[in-house]
Amino acid sequence: MIAIELLVAQNIGFAVIALVMIVAALRVVTTHNVVHAALWLVVVLSGAAAQYVLLAAEFVAVTQVLVYIGAVMVLFLFGTMLTRARIGTERDLNNPYRLLGIPVAGLLFAAMAIAIVSSFGDEQLPSDPRVIGIPEISDQIFGAYLLPFWALSFVLLAAIIGAIVLARKD
Amino acid sequence: MMQVLALEVPYWGQSLLRVLGGIVAVLLPAGTIVYVFLFKMMSFMQSRLGPMEAGPYGSLQLVAEVGKWLQKEDIVPERADPRIFKMAPIVVLASTFLLVAVVPFGPDAWFTNFEAGVFYALAVSSLSVLGILMAGWASANKYSLLGGLRAAGQLIAYELPMVLAVIGVIIQAETMNLQQIVVAQNAGEIFGFSGLGNPYLITQLVGFVIFMIAVQAELTQAPFDMPIAESELVSGYMTEYSGFRFLMFFIGEFATAGVFALITSVLFLGGWGVPFAWFGWTDVDSVSNWMNIVGPIIMFTKMMLIVFIIMWVRFSSPRFREDQLQRFAWKVLIPVSLGNIAITSIFKVVM
Repeated sequence: MIAIELLVAQNIGFAVIALVMIVAALRVVTTHNVVHAALWLVVVLSGAAAQYVLLAAEFVAVTQVLVYIGAVMVLFLFGTMLTRARIGTERDLNNPYRLLGIPVAGLLFAAMAIAIVSSFGDEQLPSDPRVIGIPEISDQIFGAYLLPFWALSFVLLAAIIGAIVLARKD
Repeated sequence: MMQVLALEVPYWGQSLLRVLGGIVAVLLPAGTIVYVFLFKMMSFMQSRLGPMEAGPYGSLQLVAEVGKWLQKEDIVPERADPRIFKMAPIVVLASTFLLVAVVPFGPDAWFTNFEAGVFYALAVSSLSVLGILMAGWASANKYSLLGGLRAAGQLIAYELPMVLAVIGVIIQAETMNLQQIVVAQNAGEIFGFSGLGNPYLITQLVGFVIFMIAVQAELTQAPFDMPIAESELVSGYMTEYSGFRFLMFFIGEFATAGVFALITSVLFLGGWGVPFAWFGWTDVDSVSNWMNIVGPIIMFTKMMLIVFIIMWVRFSSPRFREDQLQRFAWKVLIPVSLGNIAITSIFKVVM
């Protein structure tokens, strides 16, 4: 029996989107075509963006769409189509070590569950969530989190230079 | 509760009005653009009359064309991937409809008053690449695949200068909300003179030029029509499409042109507003109610002006070569737009 206070619009929306995400995520690994797998992954990622909107984190949701769907997945599809994407089913897509994925996924889930439970505990979301403004986000990034932000930028810069070095033949 | 012409509209009514308004705001400009520019302006530029038979001055030609397309058989190539093939035009058209959702047409005439409006528009516009890649791949045709890949490469390359050009506007307006960008331009003043407002066309001229070039490339209009280059790739990713799925690509192309023109007019030309000083308004709440009717008309006029420029360039330019196209984006547009951001932020801090 589901408690009545759980049956609010946000929770129903969350459940529907989460269900779609789970089905799509399973299809990513069970489908027999690389491009289909990538397109199912797009569904998963847009589901994540929808969840962010439900959590009143509009900016993060839009970033998710821009970076993951607009850039990463397009590059993904671009790469597979340029090299090996065939139409129809392919039988040799499975990795022989795929069973290793189960303990890795279990470990990841455990780590995240422990981290979330230990840092939030019984804390509840405010019943009337406020949309966090973009100025507040930037104040945080360029204030309290400036050092990690710089470190990440440095890593990205190093990656870009590495890509250029790898791509240049001369 | 929102007041439309002194009528109280309940929430569901507002939502319904906004959905209907969104459909009108996509399809009406698309039809007008195709008739005025593609049928008539292109014909005049080539010293011919264009369609003249259907309706006065051929104004019903579009109805006839749509009727023709709807009657045609919806053919799926035998070796294509049927589901993806059928889905692709829907994805392209959906990105256009999502795009219009943040465009404000008046003080209360908006679809959503979204905090991260500009950012959302840029993110959603990149979804059409997915549809184009899907179409190119699922057609099982080498020309289609090449067209799709060219489109993806081009759209990724020109999305960056587009985002960077918008950042100048965001810095100047101090907001990403398109409604507030409109207000900031119309309530602003140039050296104490407020009769013109402060359209960012003047202060962000570099950004405007970069943005227009990037829009031209995002819309894959000549000189950036590599993906559908008819002399090389038949019709690029659209080669295998017929009937109403081709129609969807066609509507998508011109509707996106209209919506991008709307966004350009919001970002650089002051959007729906007139300079607030004319009527003594100070902010969005003091704007009179009749702007909800006049605003869309102003927006439509500005949109036609910008689409005119886009189409003018399209009809009069030869095509870029693929490597020139990439070099132009990465070596010219991106450095210039980065410089524009640097100068804008220096001025913002100093002044």
